[in-house]
Amino acid sequence: MAHHDFTAPVSEHQVRALRVNDTVTLNGTLYGIRDATQIHMFDRGRKTRFDLRGHAVIHTAPNVKRVDASDEHPSGYAPVCVGTTTSDRMERFTRPLMLQCGVRIIIGKGGLREASAAAFTDLGGVYLAIIGGTAALETTWVEAIEDVDLDDLNPESLWKFRVKGFGPLLVAMDSHGGSLYTEVKRSAQARRAEVLARLGVK
Amino acid sequence: MRIDPREVEEAAKELYIRALKLLPPDIKTGMAALNARETDATAKRVLGTMITNISVAEHTDNLLCQDTGIPIYNVWIGRGVEMNGVEMKEAIRRGCQRATREYSFRSSIVHPTTRVNEHDSSGRHVPVIHIDFTDTPETLEIEMVPKGSGSENNSWLKMAIPAEGVDAIKTFVVDCVLEAGGKTCPPTIVGVGVGGTADLCVHLAKVAATRALGSQCADPEGAKLEAELSAAVNGLGVGPQGLGGDSTAFAVHVETAATHITMNPVAVNMQCHSARRARATFRAGGIEYGF
Repeated sequence: MAHHDFTAPVSEHQVRALRVNDTVTLNGTLYGIRDATQIHMFDRGRKTRFDLRGHAVIHTAPNVKRVDASDEHPSGYAPVCVGTTTSDRMERFTRPLMLQCGVRIIIGKGGLREASAAAFTDLGGVYLAIIGGTAALETTWVEAIEDVDLDDLNPESLWKFRVKGFGPLLVAMDSHGGSLYTEVKRSAQARRAEVLARLGVK
Repeated sequence: MRIDPREVEEAAKELYIRALKLLPPDIKTGMAALNARETDATAKRVLGTMITNISVAEHTDNLLCQDTGIPIYNVWIGRGVEMNGVEMKEAIRRGCQRATREYSFRSSIVHPTTRVNEHDSSGRHVPVIHIDFTDTPETLEIEMVPKGSGSENNSWLKMAIPAEGVDAIKTFVVDCVLEAGGKTCPPTIVGVGVGGTADLCVHLAKVAATRALGSQCADPEGAKLEAELSAAVNGLGVGPQGLGGDSTAFAVHVETAATHITMNPVAVNMQCHSARRARATFRAGGIEYGF
């Protein structure tokens, strides 16, 4: 259960060193991505001008405010409240995101499924669990919105955040087939019969 | 008592912002109670982060969660309240739109097929407005619930049959909690609708999911199910965020309605740990805000 401080981009070697139950804190660049962003990128062939190779993405669509572009707010957007959405809906985008864009780290809540676990193993990736519904806290880790692409999809644009001390985040799926979600699901399923018996279900 | 639609508009705006920022005291107490009982180390860290977030939101005057939800307004009109119903609905809609534009929070509402976002948290039939009547004299109450999608996406209806009995209801609830896993942002309030028609059953599940912690179903049979199911689902070990632990749900809430001799419907709708709601009470003396 080691702790790692990462500044993206990271190498395959760095990501493969991570094991389930390790923790990671991110500094520097973090990209925000969401359902519509990925539907447009992978189903409709839209391209981004951002180079995502070795980077971390977070499943988000933030609350932002339009402001005059400045050193503090280079993109012309100020972060209001940045939080994380349920990852499961974006399960089928994990492999293309890694294969076509070179993403190595996905941050989200609630976990991803088997196809993502396989992509992490095959291509060298990892899923970091953030605590869903704790956006006020998360926002304090975001220094600025540096840039934004595909902004016609706002709020589901492709966001480039600058973060500081973003974490600690829990390694919940690693590149060696480990997944806390699979473990918990298996053990919860194993308790089902006992729980139903206690409820008097015949 | 005559109600000015401009006051309703202002309250509808204020309620949306308050709901997004301030967690009701019953949920805070519920969170502390789960944390005190939790035996799993990871789960305890997760709950600790949730508790920290509540105070960060208060200190930084920020939203608790980035999901501004689907706006729902529940209105209860007491005896002797005079107002134009159409004007009131329009006022609520305008207040909801103004909250979004003036505070600059995220509009989470899109057309269901074109996915076009009008950036004002409204659209066809949204905000959702429910109107009911009470016996309370000279009182108008408006409750605002910004219903988050992580939990709303985990909603189910089963048209069970009489021969399957109460066992079908219990089994269905347990299986829904298992299927939801971490997707609903547990610990949750598991709302269960029992009986009615298909649409009423689902509505009752939502009423149950958004009820204050510590409240009980008015039907003793529903209350009995609540007690049994609350203890049972926390035996599954799904835990906060689906990462394992004792704290899968704050509680299971049940609402019941009479149903047809051939029917045995059960619905589940969940509320996430950021179980947000806000309430404005209009009386002759003025408007009071609470939960």
